[in-house]
Amino acid sequence: MSSETIATALPKTRIPSNAEVLRTQRRERISLTLRYLILGSVGLLMLYPLFWLLGASFKSNQEIFTTIWFLPRDLTQLLDFSAYYNGWMTRTEFTFATYFLNSFLIVIPRVIVTLISCTLVAYSFARFEYPGKKLLFSIMIGTMLLPPIVLRVPQYLMFKELGMIDTYWPLILPSAFAVDTFFTFLVVQFLRGTPRDMEEAAIIDGCNALQLLWHIVVPLLKPALISVALFQFIWTMNDFIGPLIYISTVEKYPVSLALKMSMDVSGEVEWANIIAISIVALLPSLTVFFLAQRYFIEGATSSGIKG
Amino acid sequence: MASVNLEKIVKTYPNGFEAVHGVDLEVRDGEFMVFVGPSGCSKSTILRMIAGLESISGGELKIGNTVVNNLRAKERGIAMVFQNYALYPHMKVYDNMAFGLKLAGLPKQEIHERVTQAAKMLEMEHLLDRLPRQLSGGQAQRVAVGRCIVKRPEVFLFDEPLSNLDAKLRASMRVRLTELHRELRDRGQPSTAIYVTHDQVEAMTMGERICVLKDGTIQQVDTPTTLYDRPVNAFVAGFIGSPEMNIRPATVVARDGGLGVEIGDTMLPLPAAYSDALRNLIGQKVQFGIRPEHIGTPRSILAAGSQERAAIANCTFRLREHMGNEVYTYFDLGGHEFAARIPTDFAGEIDKAERGQTIPLGFVMDKAHIFDADSGLNLTLSALPPA
Repeated sequence: MSSETIATALPKTRIPSNAEVLRTQRRERISLTLRYLILGSVGLLMLYPLFWLLGASFKSNQEIFTTIWFLPRDLTQLLDFSAYYNGWMTRTEFTFATYFLNSFLIVIPRVIVTLISCTLVAYSFARFEYPGKKLLFSIMIGTMLLPPIVLRVPQYLMFKELGMIDTYWPLILPSAFAVDTFFTFLVVQFLRGTPRDMEEAAIIDGCNALQLLWHIVVPLLKPALISVALFQFIWTMNDFIGPLIYISTVEKYPVSLALKMSMDVSGEVEWANIIAISIVALLPSLTVFFLAQRYFIEGATSSGIKG
Repeated sequence: MASVNLEKIVKTYPNGFEAVHGVDLEVRDGEFMVFVGPSGCSKSTILRMIAGLESISGGELKIGNTVVNNLRAKERGIAMVFQNYALYPHMKVYDNMAFGLKLAGLPKQEIHERVTQAAKMLEMEHLLDRLPRQLSGGQAQRVAVGRCIVKRPEVFLFDEPLSNLDAKLRASMRVRLTELHRELRDRGQPSTAIYVTHDQVEAMTMGERICVLKDGTIQQVDTPTTLYDRPVNAFVAGFIGSPEMNIRPATVVARDGGLGVEIGDTMLPLPAAYSDALRNLIGQKVQFGIRPEHIGTPRSILAAGSQERAAIANCTFRLREHMGNEVYTYFDLGGHEFAARIPTDFAGEIDKAERGQTIPLGFVMDKAHIFDADSGLNLTLSALPPA
């Protein structure tokens, strides 16, 4: 059929005028601008305390307590980083370098043992059949509902018996036995959502259970494991109660305890120093988060396998 | 060189459910055997038992001359293609293919040779450097096949490998896989293949022999043409062929000089050859089966030269589907619905028929089957011409 016949065969339709198209486009633009404006201002409102914190690290005590605006009155103060220096040096014989190092001495081993123990336990729950599996899994989920505080006293007594008080062991060792139930649960669910075909193919290719875990399952679990590592890193970095209970020597304090200690010192507290150092304390967690963000979102939202 | 022998193979699950009931089967060396059946017939379970992914609850499984019941998958000399390809997503195509060989500890040089050779055979050398997520469905399928070939297994196992592909690709992959099998066999390489599918078209076109399964038991094992022409029971008759065979309740009746079947109020005469087999069943209920292509208009019957063997009956027209070269015609006879495949050239009167109109249709009666009403066994098998 030629184009002419098509044109004549069609009923006469109204062709939209140029003005109508422009009007529609303008309306869409306005509504889009409005939406971004509202979302943006709400977002700013939520971030304001953070901006204020940043600004406050350059202010004097008097200004901190009298102004709500985040920038210091005298903008040249923004060039004065003495609060960061003073905060870092602390009033003790140790600088924050020591405390950061201490924090990492807790965080890094803990993340590693968490990853290993979670993967092993989750692999067994998700892929093997054995008597009592359902019961064990329910118990594990049950411990997730237990308030952590109820375990503090018995755990303290236990570690005291083992002579581990004032060492980092009580902060690291539990994670080696997959007591971070939430993480184990996360990995189990992720693994349940991934098809078994690849593992079966690998069995036929000649893998034994451990080769299977290393060559196939761990790469499949990568997004979930990155989420676990990230959460564990941030939570351990920010943990205050744990070190408070078990660590008594100032030399062994992690960042969270050291920050608190800076506030405790009798006499005039220079708030800018504390605020400055608390900003510095945020940096490792933020850095790790942004580095792992891509995988983290993948791990939290999907199984990472395309159909 | 390896045949696969199943002797009284049983699969019972821990909850007591018996999925496979004593299956006996021999897959000959170099043969392309297809397992076909509806979902839940345990065809995949049997394949997975052969692969070593499921334990064998009872019976004996031999590959070649070795009993492999208790051997691990990698010691059985098998390779398997999965429905959704099961490529390792974090490895490139080359490493996917080489993975099994690396685990087996083959020297690098040999791995490289085998992989490139297989890639050449499957025309996928340009894909070796890609990750599985960068492949289309058809390409991923070829990689999955390649991963099997490099292992040079005694037996290839296919678990519905084409069911994730679109119709066109499926048809072309079907031909490729069949060709590949013949190519391997012609080269003298081990090429015994067991192929699981629920699609009877795949079964008919690919299988040298087909094993039809239902509820964990074998119904019939034979060549495609024999299955089609001489089904042992109503299940096989209905499962093989599309549109499926018309199988409707009927009664055997006596008529002048022979027997007939009564479907509702219509009597169709049966050929004299069936008399011996059905004489004792006069007055009894049976199932009457006839394939859609053995029903036609008087003109199409004449054109096929089967007018002498055909019985003409008045039918009530319901619906037609134009397939291009054929018209699928749906009609009622004696209160039961039937389907016919009529060549378009001879479908003139069907084309004009109105719903509810009476039309004369011919039934080629020596192609009809009579099945036992209860057991479904084909009672006329002895009277049919041998395969």
